Amino acid sequence: MNIIIVGCGKVGASLAERLSAEDHDLVLVDLNPQKVEELSNQFDAMGIVGNGASFNIQQEAGVEHADLFIAVTGADELNLLCCLMAKKSGHCQTIARVRNPMYNQEIRFIKEQLGISMIINPELTAAKEILKLLKFPSAIKIDTFAKGRVELLRFRLKPEIGFGGKAIVDIIDRLKTDVLICAVERGTDVVIPNGSFVLQDNDILSIVGSLENTSKFFEQIGLKPKTVKNSLIVGGGTIAHYLTQNLLKIGFRVRIIEQNPERCEYLSEHLPGADIINGDASNESLLLEEGLSTADSFVALTGMDEENIFLSLFAKKHSKGKTIAKVNRIAFNDIIDSLDIGSIVYPKYLTADYILQYVRAWQNSIGSNVETLYKILDGRAEALEFSIREPSAVTDVPLMDLNLKDNLLICCINRKGVILTPRGQNKIKVGDTVIIVTTNRGLHDIRDILKG
Amino acid sequence: MNYSMIFYIIGWILVVEAALMVPSGVVAIIYGESCGWVFAVTILLCLVLGLPLIRRQPENKVFYFKEGAVIVALSWLIMSIMGAVPFVLSGAIPHPVDALFETVSGFTTTGSSILASVEELPYCILFWRSFTHWIGGMGVLVFILCLLPLTGSGYHMNLMKAESPGPSVSKLVPKVRATAKMLYGLYIFLTILQLVLLLLGSMPLFDALCVTFGSAGTGGFGIKNDSMGSYTTYQQAVTTIFMILFGVNFNVYFLLYMKKPKEAFRCEEARWYLTIIAVSTLIITFFIRDSFDSIAMAFHHAAFQVGTIITTTGFATTDFNLWPAVPKTILVILMLVGACAGSTGGGIKVSRIVILFKSVLLEMRRNLHPNVVQRVNFEGHPVEKNTLRSVLIFLAAYSFIFAFSTLLISVDNYDLTTNFTAVAATLNNIGPGLEMVGPTQNFGHFSTFSKLVLTFDMLAGRLEIFPLLLLFHRDTWRRF
Repeated sequence: MNIIIVGCGKVGASLAERLSAEDHDLVLVDLNPQKVEELSNQFDAMGIVGNGASFNIQQEAGVEHADLFIAVTGADELNLLCCLMAKKSGHCQTIARVRNPMYNQEIRFIKEQLGISMIINPELTAAKEILKLLKFPSAIKIDTFAKGRVELLRFRLKPEIGFGGKAIVDIIDRLKTDVLICAVERGTDVVIPNGSFVLQDNDILSIVGSLENTSKFFEQIGLKPKTVKNSLIVGGGTIAHYLTQNLLKIGFRVRIIEQNPERCEYLSEHLPGADIINGDASNESLLLEEGLSTADSFVALTGMDEENIFLSLFAKKHSKGKTIAKVNRIAFNDIIDSLDIGSIVYPKYLTADYILQYVRAWQNSIGSNVETLYKILDGRAEALEFSIREPSAVTDVPLMDLNLKDNLLICCINRKGVILTPRGQNKIKVGDTVIIVTTNRGLHDIRDILKG
Repeated sequence: MNYSMIFYIIGWILVVEAALMVPSGVVAIIYGESCGWVFAVTILLCLVLGLPLIRRQPENKVFYFKEGAVIVALSWLIMSIMGAVPFVLSGAIPHPVDALFETVSGFTTTGSSILASVEELPYCILFWRSFTHWIGGMGVLVFILCLLPLTGSGYHMNLMKAESPGPSVSKLVPKVRATAKMLYGLYIFLTILQLVLLLLGSMPLFDALCVTFGSAGTGGFGIKNDSMGSYTTYQQAVTTIFMILFGVNFNVYFLLYMKKPKEAFRCEEARWYLTIIAVSTLIITFFIRDSFDSIAMAFHHAAFQVGTIITTTGFATTDFNLWPAVPKTILVILMLVGACAGSTGGGIKVSRIVILFKSVLLEMRRNLHPNVVQRVNFEGHPVEKNTLRSVLIFLAAYSFIFAFSTLLISVDNYDLTTNFTAVAATLNNIGPGLEMVGPTQNFGHFSTFSKLVLTFDMLAGRLEIFPLLLLFHRDTWRRF
């Protein structure tokens, strides 16, 4: 597909990276020549220096032949204008980043009236992700498939669960549960395990199952979901704003610690239900005075990744609650993973994932039948949801007879809303949606799961 | 909320209170009074309740202002309840609510009494009653801070802030404990000085002790039915001077002690305070000159009454309820003003009044020059925005409580002056008001409900409202 990306900031760059990896033709537009050159070299894309809202620049970028136009500059208004222009000068789908909470309330109107296909809001996406985690605090990360009926949960296998040294098949037999362990992370390795795989303590497991089954599973292994009823948030940025809005709606008590007095004023004006504390969160005694040790959950959302990680470590030490840290730049990944800091949210990835899902789903109509795609385990594996539209080599054959690729697992079959955990004798039928987890990249069709 | 720390300190409060009851027991032995047993029983009760709580130090000694306020408020409540036990047991004040009122009045250095005739009481009870003034004057937690090596860190300040009167607490020396010791040192020194001067004026030892306790804590429980009326002019004059001295910010004494008299005399609050006293005394002298034999006696009584009211002590040498309207009105206004911050007196405090007054002047300037940039200056420094805000909020809270309490006690159907001055006298920790609660009257005729309201007012006034109010706020007791 031909895709134009206007704005080469953090989100633009990660989008370019992911989309070029998916073999799309990219044109990058930004005012900063250095950035354009850097990214266009790095991701094998065409680079244009200029204002993306200008008609001439858009022409130069080839808007007439573009399939998709993505505006992710820092300014909401500019993004909207870019999309508006592109809509008029070409025939492409448009995606704009709009993150001002004020516009967010009018988002439906903007989308419909300006004819924009999709509005992305990285902060809102991150806030929703955190919200999910707060609702299900035992998991490190949660993704949903089949319109929310299936969950993919990632959690750390703590020694007290007692799975270390046991084979997966024994565990599943003992618990008689209908969830599937679809990936195991051990250090930097990712394994898509079969039944004889032996687990170790401190592995990170990803499991797939229906909502009821996953929560039953957690209950059985003693990670009974504690209910989180309040939250201490550090850093009063836009994510905190969205998150608090949503938390207050579901009856949480929220306390935000923010350093900038003016920002505090703004927050207390817009979030009258929350306690806004003006202070430096790197001050231990302030955190403790504001109830860090008694809070059910702690969310670190400052602008500094390092601070967020440190604060989460501190919170882990002083409280039994759920901790979540935001990390923007992703370096020293494996170090971060080896620390016990609860969940980490990467807003940049989330946005890219979100757009990628859209692109994939849209490609569906052109040939691929990927319904949803998640980069899981920090991009080291993918979880894909295929919808089966027509008979093919994989349909109506018992799964045990399929010659599947290595490192690939059929996790789930959604048959008209009924979630099946596939066993050897199950068959894939037309009309099903199937969830696959794999470390193989670039699957576009359900037939790609077969060898050869 | 660090409950273990709260219980621990409350345990100490009980033990310390037990120790503080010992002198009263000794008085009972000296005078051979049979009712001394009530102190033995109460001391035992305090120890039985307190000792288990202090058996070991809590692991987590961290506490914040929230805990500090709760500890202070609860301590004062518990202390008052235990302090009321001897009154009830000895039959001196059989009704528990009356006894509580009397004890709270003692500890908060109010001096309002429900007793019609104090002269009938046994000496040990009278001694305990006056001694509570002395304990409450400087504060019990400040006392405990001197004794207890609680923690090495700065958490003490949270207790000090909650218990010490005034818009902001100033430390005399870097360490809170050392400051507390210094304050108690000065307090004890002044107390002894007054005691000696009274004894030199040939006052009996027991009377001298009780009067000294009453004026040191700016309390005002008399041990005679006519309060101070029957003492000699010399004894009254000494008391006048010491009441006024105890109403001065203790920082001044500290500066004097450090041999910095210049800075001591530069203290703006003390200057205002003394000016107010001087002016009020002169005006009142003028209006009451005909009621006394000489102008000197008129001045003497005017000075005593001004001193007793502005320092919120509440002794009386004469029934000022019979004075003309102007002196009475001045006294009522002085009730609201109160003593200096950082003294043992109550009321709104001179420093707050001065800051408010200056703010009003500044606001007028602001109306004339809308863009003027100017700060309120006090003690030679611009007043912090937060201090200014806390002063304004304090006044608001004070007014609300005042109005609401007046409304609540008006169900007893006394006249407005009685109700108004009853609340003023208790909320400002003074003692006597006007009319039905005048210097020759007492609070015994109020209904039980009104007594409870006034008890609350006394505690609110002594703890400067917020620590007490925090007890009733939902967030204080929430886990998060």
